[in-house]
Formats: sequence, C-alpha cells, structure tokens
Amino acid sequence: MSKQGARDAVGEYQYGFHDPENASVRFDKGLSEQVVRDISKLKNEPQWMTDIRLKAYHHYEGRPMPDWGNSEMLNGINFDSVTYFLRSSERTENNWDDVPDDIKHTFDRLGIPEAEQKWLGGVTAQYESEAVYHSIREDLEAQGVIFLDMDSGLREYPEIVKKYFCTVVPYSDNKFSALNTAVWSGGSFIYVPKGVQVEMPVQAYFRINAKNMGQFERTLIIADEGSSINYVEGCTAPTYSTESLHSAVVELIAMKGAKIRYSTVQNWSTNVYNLVTKRGVANENATIEWIDGNIGSKLTMKYPAVILKGEGAHAEVISVAYSGEGQHQDAGTKIHHLASKTTSNILAKSISKNGGRSSYRGLVNVAPKAKNCKVNVVCDALMLDEDSRSDTYPTMEVANATCNVTHEASVSKVSGEQLFYLMTRGHSEEEAMAMIVNGFFEPFTRELPMEYAVELNRLLELEMEGAIG
Amino acid sequence: MPETLLLISDLHVSVDGTPIIKGLSLEIMAGEVHAIMGRNGAGKSTLAYVLMGHPAYEITSGEIYYLGIPLAELEVHQRAKLGMFLSFQYPQAIPGVQVGTFLRKSVQAIRGENAPSAREFRVELNESLKKLGVEKSFLPRYVNDGFSGGEKKRLEILQMLLLKPQLAILDETDSGLDVDALRTVAEGINEIAKTAGCLIITHYQRLLNHVNPDYIHIMIDGKIVKTGEADLALVIEEKGYDWLEV
Repeated sequence: MSKQGARDAVGEYQYGFHDPENASVRFDKGLSEQVVRDISKLKNEPQWMTDIRLKAYHHYEGRPMPDWGNSEMLNGINFDSVTYFLRSSERTENNWDDVPDDIKHTFDRLGIPEAEQKWLGGVTAQYESEAVYHSIREDLEAQGVIFLDMDSGLREYPEIVKKYFCTVVPYSDNKFSALNTAVWSGGSFIYVPKGVQVEMPVQAYFRINAKNMGQFERTLIIADEGSSINYVEGCTAPTYSTESLHSAVVELIAMKGAKIRYSTVQNWSTNVYNLVTKRGVANENATIEWIDGNIGSKLTMKYPAVILKGEGAHAEVISVAYSGEGQHQDAGTKIHHLASKTTSNILAKSISKNGGRSSYRGLVNVAPKAKNCKVNVVCDALMLDEDSRSDTYPTMEVANATCNVTHEASVSKVSGEQLFYLMTRGHSEEEAMAMIVNGFFEPFTRELPMEYAVELNRLLELEMEGAIG
Repeated sequence: MPETLLLISDLHVSVDGTPIIKGLSLEIMAGEVHAIMGRNGAGKSTLAYVLMGHPAYEITSGEIYYLGIPLAELEVHQRAKLGMFLSFQYPQAIPGVQVGTFLRKSVQAIRGENAPSAREFRVELNESLKKLGVEKSFLPRYVNDGFSGGEKKRLEILQMLLLKPQLAILDETDSGLDVDALRTVAEGINEIAKTAGCLIITHYQRLLNHVNPDYIHIMIDGKIVKTGEADLALVIEEKGYDWLEV
C-alpha cells in the first residue's frame, strides 16, 4: 500500500468520528454568573457548593491569562464560543442497554463495554458534561469502596465532598482551576476504605462529542489508611475545525500508608485545548504515582503535582508527550517535599515530529525542615526531524544540604544508523521509526495495563504512517 | 546449474564525494562462501553497506544484481525481504525494544507468508538459542542495549539463523570475539552456508580456521587485487598484504 493509501485507510485520527448532537439540556454559549448559578441549580446542589462556584467564577473573571507557556495559543481560545454545559442523557445508567443508543454506540466503538467485562473493576463513562454510565463490581462495593461520578458523589456523600473539595487544588490556584471550580460537572468520586486493596483498575472515560464543547470534569480520590487504588482515564473527541476546551481538576488524597496510581492516556483530537490541574497529597509513608501520557490535543498544559506532606512519602511521575504537527505539549510535574525522608522519582519523555513542540516544565522543591530526601529527575527528548522543537525548563529549589538530588536530561535525534539497522531486518522506514518510538516510550508503556499499552503502541504506529517524507 | 546470487560489475562507490570502491567485480553463486580480506580502510565495510543500500554510500558507476534484479531499484527493507542479510560490525542499540519481540517482528517481516506460527517460532528460537549457547534471559533485554561485544555478535548470528537469508554478508563478525564465541559464530555461519551464499568480510584469518571459504579475495584500495582458494588466507597470515601492493 502506498503511504498516502495507508494514511487514507487508517485516517489521521481514528477517534475523530462524531454522532448527532441530541442534547436534552444545552446552555447558550459563553459564560456568566447566571450560567454558573444555572448549572448549580440544575444539579440541585447544596448552597455551599453554589457559593464556591460563584467565588471561583469571580476569581476566574479577574485572573489574567498565564503569561508563560504558549501565550499565542492560549490567547487564541475564544471563551465566548464555548458551550459550558450540555446534558445528553437524563440519567446515569448502570446498564449499557439503558444508555441512549447513539451514545452507547460511541462507547462501543471506543471498546469501553468490552474492556469493562474483561479487566476493569469499575467504569464511569462521561459524555459531554455528565456521566451517562457508571458501574462498579459488586465485590468492591461490598468492601465499602465508593466509586461514583462526581455529581452523584456530591448528592450521596456531601459531607466527604465538602471536607476535601478544593483542599488540594484551591480554586484560586490558577485561572483554569478557577474556571473548573465555577462550572465543573462530572468526573469521578472515589473513596477507598482503610486497608482495602483495589486490585483491578477502575476506569473513567471522557468523550467530547459536540462542537465547541467545554468539558470540566472534577475528580476527587481519597485512599484511606493502608489502602490502594489504580485509576485509569482515557479521553477522545471528534475532529472538528472549531476548537473545544477541556479543563479538569483532579485532587488526590493518600492517607497514611495508602497508594494511589493515576494513569492517563490523553488522546484528544488536535482541536482540543487541554488545560488541566492535577495534584495529590501524600501523607506519611503514602505513595502517589502519576502515569501520564499526552498524545493528542492542540495545546496541553498539565503538570501533575504531588505534595509529600508526611514523612517517608513517595512520588512517582512517569510521563510521555507526543507532539505532532500543530501540537504543543507543555507538560511536566511539580513535587513539594515538605517532610523528611520523602522521595520522588520523575521520568519525563517527549517526542516531537512534523514541527510539533514539546516542553518539559518541572519544579521540585525541598523545604528547609525536610531532611534526608531523595530526588531523581530524568528528562529525555527525542526529535524525529529538524522542524520540531523541544525545550526543558527544570527548576530545583533545594533548601537543605541533606537532600540527595540527581538530574539528567538528554535530547536526541533518531539516528540514520538505527533506522538502517532495522531496515536491514525487513522493516520499512516507517515501521522502523515506529519501533524506535515505541521503544523510547517503553518505560511508560510498561506501567500501563496491557490493553492500554497495546493500544498506545498501535496509536504511535499510526502516527508514524506517512511520517517519512 | 547453480544460480547466480550476486553479480557486481565494475562498481565505483563514493562517500561524501570521496571514492572508496574503485572498480570492483564479483560473482557469488548459491551455496558458495566467499571471504574478502584486506586492511582497514580498503573499502570492505563500504562494500557491505552499499550492498544493503545504506543511503550515505553513492554508487557512481557500475552495476549490482541480486537474483537478477538491479539492486539500485530496491529499498533497504526490500533487499532484506528478498533474502539479503548483513551481520553488522557495530550493531545498533534500540532501547526499549526487547530482543524477543524484535526477533519475532523481523521474522514476520522477512519471511512474510512463510513465517512460522507463534508456536513454531518458539521452537525455532529455542533451537537457535541452544546452537549458539545463548541463555533465554537474553530475550527480554533491549536490542544491543548495554550488550558486550560478544553478545552483540551472537545476536547478529541468532538473527541470521532465524531470518534464513539467501545471501549473508558478515562484516567483521569475528572482531572482538573470544575463542568460544568465535567457534559458535562459525558454527552459525556453517549452518547458513549449507544453503545460502556467504560473503565474509574480515581482516584476520582466524575465523577462516572454522569456516571453509570457496574463494578468498584480497581487497586493496577499493579493488579486488587477488582471488584464490582457502590457502590464500594462510599466505596473508604469514606475509601480510604488502607483497600484493603495486
């Protein structure tokens, strides 16, 4: 098959299809105090939540756009053309057969019901602003594990939500955390009781279908003492010529000795702005792991953070970013070592191709009273051609001398000798490139559930088609 | 009638505008083992690279036919699919790609429709590992990443056994090997040589103690200056190359 033929056959982006927009509630485009009030009213929220939303809205209004990162792209967002709330199904179902046909069809194409049966402990499927499907395995429920969409979480466990909401990421953290807090809808709410180990991953899948949609999910995960959970999220959207906005906030709380692993394979279509705030607090001897893959979107700005608050807490961040034509992945991580004997391990890998741009932006700080900490940072960038760009902005603020810090960074190009070697083994130049790229991301891929790893490798192989001019 | 595998006539090759091969002719028939000997810089490795189609090597004149097909028309991976194989002097590391996966994918790519099933492949792989005295712990490692010189060469020969080439080109496969490794590598070559043509590039005679070439060619300054039978290697071992220079 010719290169162009192969490209036509697979499509530029295999999740770019869309379904008819059958909204049951759709707010007018644009944001106002009234829109914020209406969202809260529609959801019958307690007054305290309405109040937080309004405070956040006013903060958002007064907060200037960040003056760092890709200002040109950021300033290109037309906030007035965004739909801030769209309800596509009246209820969150726990049986796929009850989900409206067109929406069920979408998730079938994305393989979610199949994955659920095979290897997941629970699933939330969000379509536009709200979850349309939700279920959790009975055995997990019997152990007291709560896994709900965030709206249901607020309705059913208002006291837990009130206690933790906005405590890890205050609405005033940044302009987009303020926006999310004002208009949030959907997302996941998870509570794992003391000592409960949730072995099978639970998954949330976020799908934007409508044009000019704004999706603002809000996730709160609390792992009580000695418990553990493995949460996986995926996301896709149709390819439109107009742009959509995805701005989520994720808050994680790992109590003493608990472990939270949060894995993301972000594969938005390249018309989506992905501006997300993710942060976790790790208490004594707790572990928080961000396994963060950014493949899609037009602009991603995302720096999953861990606050190492208790002695002996550990943070692990393994991230990959892939930037193709017209894309900018501005990603990285922030780690705050507030307590002694805390450790962090960061591995960030990026690939830039066809003029794509990848930036690693990282901050590690170690507080004066945090003694005997260990920090290990490795950043590797791989450039596939001369037109692409990679930047690294690492910041280390280490306030005491007992800390052991290592930092390595490398920028490399795929060598002609590597390609030649693989081609002499019968692989076309494109296949050889895909092999090198998959190998480069392998330290990330091997951390994913196998099904995701296979999918990611396939995705990257498709990206390499037609890559060689 | 034996089939002509490779036919090179009056080949001239330049790298960055500098002529390296200056009028080389050679014919290899199926089942023949040819050795090319010569000092460093004689153009031996250039010949290996140009046969496989490395983009940095420019053919300025002359022709190469493989199985009657003009090689210039074929891309690198197409040559491989038609049964050409190069064992590299300096094999490349491919971090993140496991040896086992790499071998399976390469066998599929090259043997195509005739590729073994998953089970057959495992059997073949185990047999080849045993022949070369390679442990299974080799398989999950990343291709050539952190490999010793000997391990790299063993992996090259392992690939050769599994890919079953019709024409195997071995570029300094003997360099940096201890005696045991040299013997296993030679056994691999002998195995292949039962059916395939072999072109062994070396500047020592020691590999030739273990494999029996039909012809030995001496290459000096981009040309074959003398062709003889196996005993020519011994003469070179004794007298060096100086006596052959014009």
